[in-house]
Amino acid sequence: MIDWSGYIGLILQGALVTIELTVLGSALALVMAFAAGLGRLSRFAGVRVLATVYIEFFRGTSIFVQLFWAYFVLPFAGITLTPLQAGVLALGLNVGAYGAEVVRGAVRAIGREQHEACVALNLGRYHRMRHVILPQALPLMLPTFGNNAIELLKGTAVVSLISLTDMTFQAQVVRAQTGSTLIPFATILVLYFAMAMAISAGMRWLERRASRGLDGVRV
Amino acid sequence: MPSPMIRIDNITKTYGPLTVLDGLSMDVMPGEKLALIGPSGSGKTTILRILMTLEKINGGHIEVDGDQLFHMQRAGRLAAADEKHLQTMRKKIGMVFQHFNLFPHKCVLDNITLAPMLTKGVPRAAAQARAMELLDMVGMADKAKNMPAQLSGGQKQRVAIARALALSPKIMLFDEVTSALDPELVEEVLNVMRRLAVETDMTMLLVTHEMGFAHDFADRVLFFDKGKIVEEGKPADIFRNPRQERTQSFLRKIIAAGHRV
Repeated sequence: MIDWSGYIGLILQGALVTIELTVLGSALALVMAFAAGLGRLSRFAGVRVLATVYIEFFRGTSIFVQLFWAYFVLPFAGITLTPLQAGVLALGLNVGAYGAEVVRGAVRAIGREQHEACVALNLGRYHRMRHVILPQALPLMLPTFGNNAIELLKGTAVVSLISLTDMTFQAQVVRAQTGSTLIPFATILVLYFAMAMAISAGMRWLERRASRGLDGVRV
Repeated sequence: MPSPMIRIDNITKTYGPLTVLDGLSMDVMPGEKLALIGPSGSGKTTILRILMTLEKINGGHIEVDGDQLFHMQRAGRLAAADEKHLQTMRKKIGMVFQHFNLFPHKCVLDNITLAPMLTKGVPRAAAQARAMELLDMVGMADKAKNMPAQLSGGQKQRVAIARALALSPKIMLFDEVTSALDPELVEEVLNVMRRLAVETDMTMLLVTHEMGFAHDFADRVLFFDKGKIVEEGKPADIFRNPRQERTQSFLRKIIAAGHRV
Protein backbone atom coordinates (compact mmCIF):
# COMPACT_ATOMS: atom_id res chain seq x y z
CA MET A 1 0.00 0.00 0.00
CA ILE A 2 1.36 3.42 -1.00
CA ASP A 3 1.51 6.16 1.65
CA TRP A 4 -0.17 8.95 -0.32
CA SER A 5 0.22 11.76 2.21
CA GLY A 6 3.84 12.47 1.23
CA TYR A 7 3.01 12.42 -2.46
CA ILE A 8 0.00 14.69 -2.03
CA GLY A 9 2.28 17.01 -0.08
CA LEU A 10 4.60 17.09 -3.09
CA ILE A 11 1.71 18.01 -5.37
CA LEU A 12 0.61 20.76 -2.98
CA GLN A 13 4.14 22.19 -3.07
CA GLY A 14 3.77 22.19 -6.83
CA ALA A 15 0.42 23.94 -6.44
CA LEU A 16 2.16 26.79 -4.63
CA VAL A 17 4.58 27.17 -7.54
CA THR A 18 1.64 27.18 -9.97
CA ILE A 19 -0.10 29.87 -7.92
CA GLU A 20 3.10 31.91 -7.76
CA LEU A 21 3.52 31.65 -11.53
CA THR A 22 -0.10 32.59 -12.12
CA VAL A 23 -0.02 35.62 -9.83
CA LEU A 24 3.32 36.95 -11.08
CA GLY A 25 2.51 36.09 -14.70
CA SER A 26 -0.86 37.84 -14.45
CA ALA A 27 0.77 40.90 -12.91
CA LEU A 28 3.24 41.13 -15.79
CA ALA A 29 0.46 40.39 -18.30
CA LEU A 30 -1.65 43.22 -16.84
CA VAL A 31 1.20 45.71 -17.12
CA MET A 32 1.94 44.61 -20.70
CA ALA A 33 -1.75 44.65 -21.63
CA PHE A 34 -2.15 48.29 -20.60
CA ALA A 35 1.23 49.35 -21.98
CA ALA A 36 0.66 47.74 -25.38
CA GLY A 37 -3.10 48.31 -25.51
CA LEU A 38 -2.74 52.04 -24.84
CA GLY A 39 0.38 52.04 -27.01
CA ARG A 40 -1.70 50.95 -29.98
CA LEU A 41 -3.94 53.97 -29.39
CA SER A 42 -1.01 56.38 -29.15
CA ARG A 43 -0.84 59.42 -31.39
CA PHE A 44 2.82 58.60 -32.04
CA ALA A 45 3.26 56.23 -34.98
CA GLY A 46 6.46 54.77 -33.51
CA VAL A 47 4.71 53.72 -30.31
CA ARG A 48 1.84 52.21 -32.29
CA VAL A 49 4.23 50.17 -34.43
CA LEU A 50 6.15 48.94 -31.38
CA ALA A 51 2.95 47.86 -29.62
CA THR A 52 1.61 46.17 -32.74
CA VAL A 53 4.84 44.23 -33.31
CA TYR A 54 4.82 43.03 -29.69
CA ILE A 55 1.18 41.95 -29.85
CA GLU A 56 1.43 40.16 -33.20
CA PHE A 57 4.69 38.45 -32.30
CA PHE A 58 3.53 37.04 -28.97
CA ARG A 59 0.09 36.08 -30.22
CA GLY A 60 1.53 34.57 -33.38
CA THR A 61 4.12 32.25 -31.85
CA SER A 62 3.60 29.38 -29.45
CA ILE A 63 3.98 29.84 -25.70
CA PHE A 64 6.04 26.67 -25.75
CA VAL A 65 8.58 28.19 -28.12
CA GLN A 66 8.60 31.48 -26.23
CA LEU A 67 9.34 29.65 -23.00
CA PHE A 68 12.26 27.77 -24.54
CA TRP A 69 13.64 31.01 -25.91
CA ALA A 70 13.36 32.67 -22.51
CA TYR A 71 15.10 29.81 -20.73
CA PHE A 72 17.50 28.23 -23.21
CA VAL A 73 18.26 30.89 -25.83
CA LEU A 74 18.46 34.12 -23.80
CA PRO A 75 21.56 32.82 -21.91
CA PHE A 76 23.43 33.01 -25.23
CA ALA A 77 22.65 36.74 -25.19
CA GLY A 78 24.08 36.93 -21.69
CA ILE A 79 20.70 36.90 -19.92
CA THR A 80 20.36 33.92 -17.65
CA LEU A 81 17.01 33.50 -15.96
CA THR A 82 15.88 31.11 -13.27
CA PRO A 83 13.13 28.74 -14.40
CA LEU A 84 10.59 30.79 -12.43
CA GLN A 85 11.73 34.07 -14.02
CA ALA A 86 11.67 32.51 -17.48
CA GLY A 87 8.20 31.10 -16.83
CA VAL A 88 6.79 34.40 -15.57
CA LEU A 89 8.38 36.27 -18.47
CA ALA A 90 7.02 33.96 -21.17
CA LEU A 91 3.56 33.65 -19.64
CA GLY A 92 3.26 37.37 -18.86
CA LEU A 93 4.39 38.51 -22.29
CA ASN A 94 2.21 35.95 -24.06
CA VAL A 95 -1.00 36.62 -22.18
CA GLY A 96 -0.25 40.35 -22.08
CA ALA A 97 -0.40 40.39 -25.88
CA TYR A 98 -3.96 39.06 -25.77
CA GLY A 99 -4.84 41.43 -22.94
CA ALA A 100 -3.57 44.39 -24.97
CA GLU A 101 -6.27 43.84 -27.55
CA VAL A 102 -8.85 43.71 -24.74
CA VAL A 103 -7.63 47.05 -23.38
CA ARG A 104 -7.66 48.63 -26.83
CA GLY A 105 -11.15 47.32 -27.61
CA ALA A 106 -12.61 48.50 -24.30
CA VAL A 107 -11.08 51.97 -24.56
CA ARG A 108 -12.37 52.35 -28.11
CA ALA A 109 -15.82 51.21 -26.99
CA ILE A 110 -16.21 54.38 -24.89
CA GLY A 111 -18.25 56.75 -27.01
CA ARG A 112 -16.95 59.81 -28.79
CA GLU A 113 -19.30 61.96 -26.71
CA GLN A 114 -17.27 61.20 -23.57
CA HIS A 115 -14.09 62.38 -25.29
CA GLU A 116 -15.88 65.50 -26.49
CA ALA A 117 -17.14 66.28 -23.00
CA CYS A 118 -13.52 66.06 -21.83
CA VAL A 119 -12.36 68.47 -24.52
CA ALA A 120 -15.15 70.88 -23.63
CA LEU A 121 -14.06 70.69 -19.98
CA ASN A 122 -10.46 71.23 -21.07
CA LEU A 123 -9.17 67.98 -19.57
CA GLY A 124 -5.77 67.05 -21.01
CA ARG A 125 -5.03 63.68 -22.59
CA TYR A 126 -3.76 62.10 -19.38
CA HIS A 127 -6.66 63.30 -17.23
CA ARG A 128 -9.12 62.24 -19.91
CA MET A 129 -7.78 58.70 -19.91
CA ARG A 130 -7.19 58.44 -16.18
CA HIS A 131 -10.44 59.92 -14.85
CA VAL A 132 -13.01 59.45 -17.60
CA ILE A 133 -12.16 56.82 -20.21
CA LEU A 134 -10.37 54.08 -18.24
CA PRO A 135 -12.83 53.99 -15.30
CA GLN A 136 -15.59 53.32 -17.83
CA ALA A 137 -13.51 50.94 -19.96
CA LEU A 138 -12.34 48.80 -17.03
CA PRO A 139 -15.69 47.06 -16.39
CA LEU A 140 -15.72 46.11 -20.08
CA MET A 141 -12.26 44.55 -19.83
CA LEU A 142 -12.82 42.46 -16.72
CA PRO A 143 -14.77 39.49 -18.15
CA THR A 144 -12.14 38.91 -20.83
CA PHE A 145 -9.32 39.53 -18.35
CA GLY A 146 -10.88 36.70 -16.29
CA ASN A 147 -10.67 34.44 -19.34
CA ASN A 148 -7.07 35.45 -19.92
CA ALA A 149 -6.11 34.80 -16.29
CA ILE A 150 -7.58 31.28 -16.48
CA GLU A 151 -5.76 30.68 -19.77
CA LEU A 152 -2.58 31.79 -18.06
CA LEU A 153 -3.20 29.46 -15.13
CA LYS A 154 -3.56 26.52 -17.49
CA GLY A 155 -0.57 27.71 -19.49
CA THR A 156 1.63 27.38 -16.41
CA ALA A 157 1.67 23.61 -16.99
CA VAL A 158 4.15 24.07 -19.86
CA VAL A 159 6.81 25.39 -17.48
CA SER A 160 7.31 21.84 -16.23
CA LEU A 161 9.22 21.43 -19.51
CA ILE A 162 11.97 23.73 -18.24
CA SER A 163 12.21 21.71 -15.01
CA LEU A 164 10.18 24.11 -12.91
CA THR A 165 8.51 22.09 -10.16
CA ASP A 166 4.97 23.24 -10.73
CA MET A 167 1.87 21.17 -10.08
CA THR A 168 2.02 19.26 -13.37
CA PHE A 169 5.73 18.53 -12.91
CA GLN A 170 5.11 17.13 -9.43
CA ALA A 171 2.25 15.01 -10.70
CA GLN A 172 4.64 13.50 -13.24
CA VAL A 173 7.13 12.81 -10.44
CA VAL A 174 4.47 11.09 -8.32
CA ARG A 175 3.31 9.09 -11.33
CA ALA A 176 6.88 7.93 -12.02
CA GLN A 177 7.51 6.96 -8.41
CA THR A 178 4.20 5.25 -7.65
CA GLY A 179 3.17 3.95 -11.04
CA SER A 180 -0.29 5.41 -10.43
CA THR A 181 -1.62 7.85 -12.98
CA LEU A 182 -5.15 8.23 -11.69
CA ILE A 183 -4.48 9.63 -8.21
CA PRO A 184 -1.91 12.36 -9.07
CA PHE A 185 -3.70 13.50 -12.19
CA ALA A 186 -7.12 13.43 -10.56
CA THR A 187 -5.65 15.53 -7.76
CA ILE A 188 -4.19 18.19 -10.05
CA LEU A 189 -7.37 18.18 -12.16
CA VAL A 190 -9.35 19.14 -9.09
CA LEU A 191 -6.73 21.67 -7.99
CA TYR A 192 -6.56 23.40 -11.40
CA PHE A 193 -10.34 23.55 -11.46
CA ALA A 194 -10.50 24.99 -7.94
CA MET A 195 -7.94 27.66 -8.87
CA ALA A 196 -9.87 28.56 -12.00
CA MET A 197 -13.04 28.85 -9.94
CA ALA A 198 -11.25 31.13 -7.51
CA ILE A 199 -10.17 33.37 -10.39
CA SER A 200 -13.73 33.45 -11.77
CA ALA A 201 -15.16 34.39 -8.39
CA GLY A 202 -12.53 37.07 -7.91
CA MET A 203 -13.25 38.58 -11.33
CA ARG A 204 -17.01 38.61 -10.70
CA TRP A 205 -16.38 40.48 -7.45
CA LEU A 206 -14.16 42.98 -9.26
CA GLU A 207 -16.76 43.43 -11.98
CA ARG A 208 -19.43 44.24 -9.46
CA ARG A 209 -17.17 46.79 -7.80
CA ALA A 210 -15.97 48.38 -11.02
CA SER A 211 -19.42 48.77 -12.54
CA ARG A 212 -20.91 50.19 -9.37
CA GLY A 213 -23.14 53.11 -10.21
CA LEU A 214 -22.93 52.58 -13.96
CA ASP A 215 -26.21 50.68 -13.94
CA GLY A 216 -27.91 53.55 -12.16
CA VAL A 217 -28.13 51.87 -8.77
CA ARG A 218 -25.67 52.91 -6.12
CA VAL A 219 -24.84 49.72 -4.25
CA MET B 1 -17.47 100.21 -30.08
CA PRO B 2 -15.88 97.34 -28.11
CA SER B 3 -14.00 94.66 -30.00
CA PRO B 4 -15.85 91.42 -30.66
CA MET B 5 -15.60 88.43 -28.30
CA ILE B 6 -15.63 86.10 -31.28
CA ARG B 7 -14.47 87.06 -34.76
CA ILE B 8 -14.96 84.42 -37.41
CA ASP B 9 -13.10 85.38 -40.57
CA ASN B 10 -13.78 83.60 -43.82
CA ILE B 11 -13.67 80.05 -42.46
CA THR B 12 -14.15 76.92 -44.53
CA LYS B 13 -15.04 73.49 -43.22
CA THR B 14 -15.26 70.40 -45.38
CA TYR B 15 -15.87 66.74 -44.64
CA GLY B 16 -14.32 64.94 -47.60
CA PRO B 17 -16.19 66.18 -50.68
CA LEU B 18 -18.88 67.86 -48.56
CA THR B 19 -18.47 71.56 -47.87
CA VAL B 20 -20.26 72.44 -44.65
CA LEU B 21 -19.07 76.01 -44.18
CA ASP B 22 -17.96 78.04 -47.16
CA GLY B 23 -16.21 81.31 -46.44
CA LEU B 24 -18.25 82.16 -43.36
CA SER B 25 -17.57 85.38 -41.50
CA MET B 26 -19.37 86.70 -38.45
CA ASP B 27 -18.69 88.62 -35.24
CA VAL B 28 -20.17 88.09 -31.80
CA MET B 29 -19.96 90.96 -29.32
CA PRO B 30 -19.11 90.47 -25.61
CA GLY B 31 -22.23 89.54 -23.67
CA GLU B 32 -24.26 89.03 -26.79
CA LYS B 33 -26.88 86.27 -26.84
CA LEU B 34 -26.93 84.80 -30.29
CA ALA B 35 -29.39 82.24 -31.65
CA LEU B 36 -28.40 80.14 -34.66
CA ILE B 37 -31.38 78.67 -36.47
CA GLY B 38 -31.80 76.83 -39.70
CA PRO B 39 -32.48 73.41 -41.20
CA SER B 40 -30.47 70.32 -40.30
CA GLY B 41 -27.14 70.21 -42.08
CA SER B 42 -26.98 73.98 -42.45
CA GLY B 43 -23.72 74.13 -40.49
CA LYS B 44 -24.96 75.79 -37.30
CA THR B 45 -23.89 72.97 -34.97
CA THR B 46 -20.58 72.76 -36.83
CA ILE B 47 -19.86 76.36 -35.88
CA LEU B 48 -20.28 75.56 -32.18
CA ARG B 49 -18.15 72.43 -32.52
CA ILE B 50 -15.42 74.42 -34.25
CA LEU B 51 -15.45 77.08 -31.52
CA MET B 52 -15.11 74.28 -28.91
CA THR B 53 -12.14 72.96 -30.98
CA LEU B 54 -13.95 69.65 -31.49
CA GLU B 55 -13.55 70.21 -35.23
CA LYS B 56 -10.69 71.77 -37.13
CA ILE B 57 -11.17 74.30 -39.89
CA ASN B 58 -9.85 73.94 -43.40
CA GLY B 59 -9.32 77.62 -44.00
CA GLY B 60 -9.77 81.05 -42.45
CA HIS B 61 -9.20 82.42 -38.97
CA ILE B 62 -11.08 82.63 -35.71
CA GLU B 63 -10.30 85.10 -32.98
CA VAL B 64 -11.68 84.52 -29.48
CA ASP B 65 -11.31 87.22 -26.85
CA GLY B 66 -8.53 88.85 -28.83
CA ASP B 67 -6.47 85.69 -29.48
CA GLN B 68 -6.30 83.39 -32.47
CA LEU B 69 -8.11 80.10 -31.76
CA PHE B 70 -6.44 77.73 -34.22
CA HIS B 71 -3.28 79.73 -34.81
CA MET B 72 -0.47 81.03 -32.68
CA GLN B 73 2.58 83.25 -33.10
CA ARG B 74 5.67 81.16 -33.49
CA ALA B 75 8.99 82.76 -34.45
CA GLY B 76 7.11 85.84 -35.57
CA ARG B 77 4.84 83.94 -37.92
CA LEU B 78 1.31 82.64 -37.66
CA ALA B 79 1.46 78.84 -37.22
CA ALA B 80 -1.03 76.11 -36.41
CA ALA B 81 -1.93 76.06 -32.70
CA ASP B 82 -0.45 73.32 -30.55
CA GLU B 83 -2.33 71.46 -27.81
CA LYS B 84 -1.07 73.86 -25.13
CA HIS B 85 -2.43 76.86 -26.99
CA LEU B 86 -5.77 75.09 -27.56
CA GLN B 87 -5.99 74.36 -23.83
CA THR B 88 -5.40 78.02 -23.03
CA MET B 89 -8.14 79.01 -25.47
CA ARG B 90 -10.61 76.38 -24.23
CA LYS B 91 -10.56 78.02 -20.79
CA LYS B 92 -12.62 80.82 -22.28
CA ILE B 93 -15.28 78.52 -23.72
CA GLY B 94 -17.83 76.11 -22.27
CA MET B 95 -20.26 73.86 -24.11
CA VAL B 96 -23.50 72.03 -23.34
CA PHE B 97 -24.33 69.10 -25.61
CA GLN B 98 -27.57 67.76 -27.01
CA HIS B 99 -27.02 64.41 -25.27
CA PHE B 100 -25.66 65.88 -21.99
CA ASN B 101 -22.43 63.80 -22.11
CA LEU B 102 -22.26 63.49 -18.33
CA PHE B 103 -19.68 61.07 -16.93
CA PRO B 104 -21.85 58.04 -16.03
CA HIS B 105 -19.37 56.66 -13.48
CA LYS B 106 -19.32 59.82 -11.38
CA CYS B 107 -22.02 61.28 -9.17
CA VAL B 108 -23.53 64.67 -10.00
CA LEU B 109 -21.19 66.52 -7.64
CA ASP B 110 -18.05 64.77 -8.97
CA ASN B 111 -19.14 65.47 -12.55
CA ILE B 112 -18.99 69.15 -11.72
CA THR B 113 -15.88 69.26 -9.53
CA LEU B 114 -13.67 67.05 -11.74
CA ALA B 115 -12.55 69.65 -14.27
CA PRO B 116 -12.04 72.59 -11.85
CA MET B 117 -9.92 70.36 -9.59
CA LEU B 118 -7.85 68.88 -12.41
CA THR B 119 -7.48 71.82 -14.78
CA LYS B 120 -7.44 74.74 -12.37
CA GLY B 121 -6.09 73.09 -9.24
CA VAL B 122 -9.09 74.18 -7.19
CA PRO B 123 -9.02 72.38 -3.79
CA ARG B 124 -11.76 69.79 -3.36
CA ALA B 125 -13.64 71.69 -0.66
CA ALA B 126 -13.74 74.89 -2.69
CA ALA B 127 -14.73 73.03 -5.86
CA GLN B 128 -17.57 71.31 -4.00
CA ALA B 129 -18.79 74.54 -2.46
CA ARG B 130 -18.87 76.17 -5.89
CA ALA B 131 -20.56 73.08 -7.38
CA MET B 132 -23.28 73.23 -4.72
CA GLU B 133 -23.92 76.90 -5.51
CA LEU B 134 -24.31 76.04 -9.17
CA LEU B 135 -26.48 73.02 -8.45
CA ASP B 136 -28.63 75.24 -6.28
CA MET B 137 -28.97 77.70 -9.14
CA VAL B 138 -30.12 74.97 -11.56
CA GLY B 139 -32.39 73.47 -8.89
CA MET B 140 -30.44 70.24 -8.50
CA ALA B 141 -28.80 70.66 -5.09
CA ASP B 142 -30.76 67.74 -3.63
CA LYS B 143 -29.41 65.39 -6.31
CA ALA B 144 -25.71 66.10 -5.72
CA LYS B 145 -24.96 62.53 -4.68
CA ASN B 146 -27.07 60.85 -7.37
CA MET B 147 -25.59 59.05 -10.34
CA PRO B 148 -26.46 60.45 -13.79
CA ALA B 149 -28.41 57.29 -14.70
CA GLN B 150 -30.84 58.08 -11.89
CA LEU B 151 -31.79 61.46 -13.38
CA SER B 152 -34.32 62.47 -16.00
CA GLY B 153 -33.12 64.06 -19.22
CA GLY B 154 -33.99 67.54 -18.03
CA GLN B 155 -32.15 66.99 -14.77
CA LYS B 156 -29.10 65.66 -16.62
CA GLN B 157 -29.06 68.71 -18.85
CA ARG B 158 -29.28 71.06 -15.87
CA VAL B 159 -26.30 69.26 -14.32
CA ALA B 160 -24.43 69.53 -17.62
CA ILE B 161 -25.06 73.29 -17.62
CA ALA B 162 -23.77 73.55 -14.05
CA ARG B 163 -20.71 71.50 -15.03
CA ALA B 164 -19.86 73.85 -17.89
CA LEU B 165 -20.41 76.92 -15.68
CA ALA B 166 -18.07 75.58 -13.01
CA LEU B 167 -15.10 76.54 -15.19
CA SER B 168 -16.38 80.14 -15.43
CA PRO B 169 -16.12 80.46 -19.22
CA LYS B 170 -16.57 83.77 -20.99
CA ILE B 171 -18.49 82.09 -23.77
CA MET B 172 -21.14 79.39 -23.47
CA LEU B 173 -22.19 77.25 -26.41
CA PHE B 174 -25.56 75.49 -26.26
CA ASP B 175 -25.95 72.83 -28.93
CA GLU B 176 -29.63 71.83 -29.28
CA VAL B 177 -29.72 71.34 -25.54
CA THR B 178 -33.44 70.53 -25.43
CA SER B 179 -33.71 68.43 -28.59
CA ALA B 180 -33.19 65.11 -26.80
CA LEU B 181 -35.68 65.89 -24.03
CA ASP B 182 -39.27 64.83 -23.54
CA PRO B 183 -41.51 67.84 -24.24
CA GLU B 184 -42.55 68.28 -20.61
CA LEU B 185 -38.90 68.49 -19.52
CA VAL B 186 -37.89 71.20 -21.99
CA GLU B 187 -39.17 74.10 -19.93
CA GLU B 188 -37.09 73.35 -16.81
CA VAL B 189 -33.90 73.58 -18.90
CA LEU B 190 -35.03 76.70 -20.73
CA ASN B 191 -35.79 78.37 -17.40
CA VAL B 192 -32.22 77.83 -16.26
CA MET B 193 -30.94 79.34 -19.49
CA ARG B 194 -33.26 82.33 -19.19
CA ARG B 195 -31.80 83.01 -15.75
CA LEU B 196 -28.28 82.73 -17.12
CA ALA B 197 -29.06 85.14 -19.92
CA VAL B 198 -30.37 87.71 -17.48
CA GLU B 199 -27.99 87.23 -14.55
CA THR B 200 -24.63 86.80 -16.30
CA ASP B 201 -22.68 88.78 -18.86
CA MET B 202 -21.45 85.66 -20.62
CA THR B 203 -21.46 85.60 -24.39
CA MET B 204 -23.88 82.86 -25.42
CA LEU B 205 -24.36 81.04 -28.69
CA LEU B 206 -27.44 78.89 -28.97
CA VAL B 207 -28.32 76.39 -31.66
CA THR B 208 -31.97 75.52 -31.27
CA HIS B 209 -35.21 74.46 -32.86
CA GLU B 210 -37.18 76.13 -30.05
CA MET B 211 -38.13 79.26 -31.98
CA GLY B 212 -40.15 80.72 -29.12
CA PHE B 213 -37.19 80.45 -26.82
CA ALA B 214 -34.79 81.85 -29.42
CA HIS B 215 -37.16 84.81 -29.77
CA ASP B 216 -37.13 85.58 -26.03
CA PHE B 217 -33.50 84.69 -25.36
CA ALA B 218 -31.51 86.13 -28.21
CA ASP B 219 -30.29 89.65 -28.94
CA ARG B 220 -29.70 88.59 -32.51
CA VAL B 221 -30.82 85.67 -34.65
CA LEU B 222 -28.84 84.18 -37.53
CA PHE B 223 -30.66 82.06 -40.06
CA PHE B 224 -28.33 79.52 -41.69
CA ASP B 225 -28.78 77.51 -44.82
CA LYS B 226 -26.16 75.46 -46.66
CA GLY B 227 -23.30 76.84 -44.57
CA LYS B 228 -24.11 80.48 -45.15
CA ILE B 229 -25.93 83.17 -43.20
CA VAL B 230 -29.06 83.81 -45.22
CA GLU B 231 -30.52 86.41 -42.95
CA GLU B 232 -29.78 87.98 -39.59
CA GLY B 233 -31.40 90.50 -37.36
CA LYS B 234 -33.31 91.14 -34.17
CA PRO B 235 -35.58 88.24 -33.16
CA ALA B 236 -38.72 90.29 -33.77
CA ASP B 237 -37.65 91.07 -37.33
CA ILE B 238 -36.52 87.57 -38.22
CA PHE B 239 -39.54 85.82 -36.77
CA ARG B 240 -42.25 88.35 -37.66
CA ASN B 241 -40.96 89.86 -40.88
CA PRO B 242 -38.41 87.59 -42.50
CA ARG B 243 -37.21 89.16 -45.74
CA GLN B 244 -35.68 86.16 -47.43
CA GLU B 245 -37.93 83.60 -49.08
CA ARG B 246 -35.75 80.77 -47.64
CA THR B 247 -36.26 82.04 -44.09
CA GLN B 248 -39.99 82.38 -44.63
CA SER B 249 -40.41 78.82 -45.88
CA PHE B 250 -38.24 77.43 -43.04
CA LEU B 251 -40.30 79.23 -40.39
CA ARG B 252 -43.54 78.09 -42.03
CA LYS B 253 -42.38 74.47 -41.86
CA ILE B 254 -41.28 74.85 -38.23
CA ILE B 255 -44.67 76.30 -37.28
CA ALA B 256 -46.47 73.58 -39.20
CA ALA B 257 -44.43 71.03 -37.24
CA GLY B 258 -45.91 72.40 -34.03
CA HIS B 259 -43.11 74.58 -32.73
CA ARG B 260 -44.16 77.81 -31.09
CA VAL B 261 -42.93 81.13 -32.37
